[in-house]
Amino acid sequence: MSTTSTTYGARDHARAQAGTVTEAMPAIPASTWPDPPPGIDPAKLTWAETVAGGGYTHKVLARGTELRLTDVEGDACAHVLLYNADQPWERLNVADTVKVQWNAYLGEAIALLSDQARVLATVVTDESGNHDALCGTSTVDGLRLFTLAAAKHGLTPRDLPPSLSFFQGVHVETDGGLTFTGSAGPGKSVVLRTELPVIVLIANVAHPLDPRPDHTVTPLRVLAQRSAPSTPDSPEWTASPEAQRAFENTADYLTARGLA
Amino acid sequence: MTTIISDTEVAARAPYSTVLREGETLAIIDLGGNQAVDFLCYDAADTAKRYSAAATIAAQRNIFLTTGSVLRTGEGAPLLTVVEDTCGRHDTIGGACSKESNSLRYGQHTRYQHACVENFLTEGAKWGLGKRDLVSNVNWYMNVPVEQDGTLGIVDGISAPGLEVKLRAETDVLVLVSNCPQINNPCNGFDPTPVRMIVTGGGA
Repeated sequence: MSTTSTTYGARDHARAQAGTVTEAMPAIPASTWPDPPPGIDPAKLTWAETVAGGGYTHKVLARGTELRLTDVEGDACAHVLLYNADQPWERLNVADTVKVQWNAYLGEAIALLSDQARVLATVVTDESGNHDALCGTSTVDGLRLFTLAAAKHGLTPRDLPPSLSFFQGVHVETDGGLTFTGSAGPGKSVVLRTELPVIVLIANVAHPLDPRPDHTVTPLRVLAQRSAPSTPDSPEWTASPEAQRAFENTADYLTARGLA
Repeated sequence: MTTIISDTEVAARAPYSTVLREGETLAIIDLGGNQAVDFLCYDAADTAKRYSAAATIAAQRNIFLTTGSVLRTGEGAPLLTVVEDTCGRHDTIGGACSKESNSLRYGQHTRYQHACVENFLTEGAKWGLGKRDLVSNVNWYMNVPVEQDGTLGIVDGISAPGLEVKLRAETDVLVLVSNCPQINNPCNGFDPTPVRMIVTGGGA
């Protein structure tokens, strides 16, 4: 007879697993994260997790959260979708994000725009420079993980628009052709600051143009901490006339909504 | 033998929609030249399967559409193939104008102008589609180059009166069009004009 052949044995077996530490897992509560990087106060952490290659995660974040994504080993690819948490029909619009800001590439001071011309989040720090807003996620793996992550917020495949990819880059050539530029190497971080309460969906799978046949992808670190949203004198707010109007639209919405 | 199933002139600023049966062909003719034709398509049997700019771009490794390009769903399934293109290339990344994005691009004074998202919502509602079904779209005839430093923008068109794109349906496809009403940028020469839609069957 095995030790799990009785309810008592099965209960003991299950309970004995508590406290196991693996590479990919969340810290609950986030403030117990063991090795916060310099400048991060563990008491302010609201989300601390390592997402395995091929894994996904999701969270609702308060407005004024700093979301730090780190490519731990150099082959993470953070496919990201954002929604206004109070009304998820408002969501990231990559076409508006690139068109309105006259820029095909993601980087510092780029506002991640919703389809309602508001700022869901901004890129405040970018150590990588290798990102992509054009190719979306890999058709099979990424879509499957986004579908699961979305479902956990009551959203369906109809709620999945084109996504962003952090840590694996693509360059557009003059003939419109795409060159995969890959990763900037291990340890690089990107920090996003949320400007609205947002649902964040993250799938850590290979970029669709990654030529490696075995879907190479390594762990992604996710650390979110309480901070403050942008103010009219923040560099993101004044990065461009278009960004300024997007922040003004956001402030207008928050005022009417009673959130600011 | 080729049969004309429908032949429709879509007025400047107006929407249009139709269902193409597998094997049928839709010709989009730019009557006045440099008219942006905002375009979405769906698997008619299951509209949750819809055009994905990202999957289409990734599969062909190029942001421009032209002869031979295949418009794909997020799952990678082919919806439409460009079988003829006398213009040269078409946009996949600029998306649609909306009242909201106009407020960012030009200023709040443009918020009350007609926009493509209004057309998509109005026409899509006839087919049970709503805002969740609107994603990054194709802009036939719209010219959106990307500079080497990443600067992109809608610039003067490369189309001319009478140029034509022909799309063959690879399955039954619902097509949703906004004949772009934008008057603040060169996507349609600041002057929206009509386009002609000809659906043919029988091996066009």
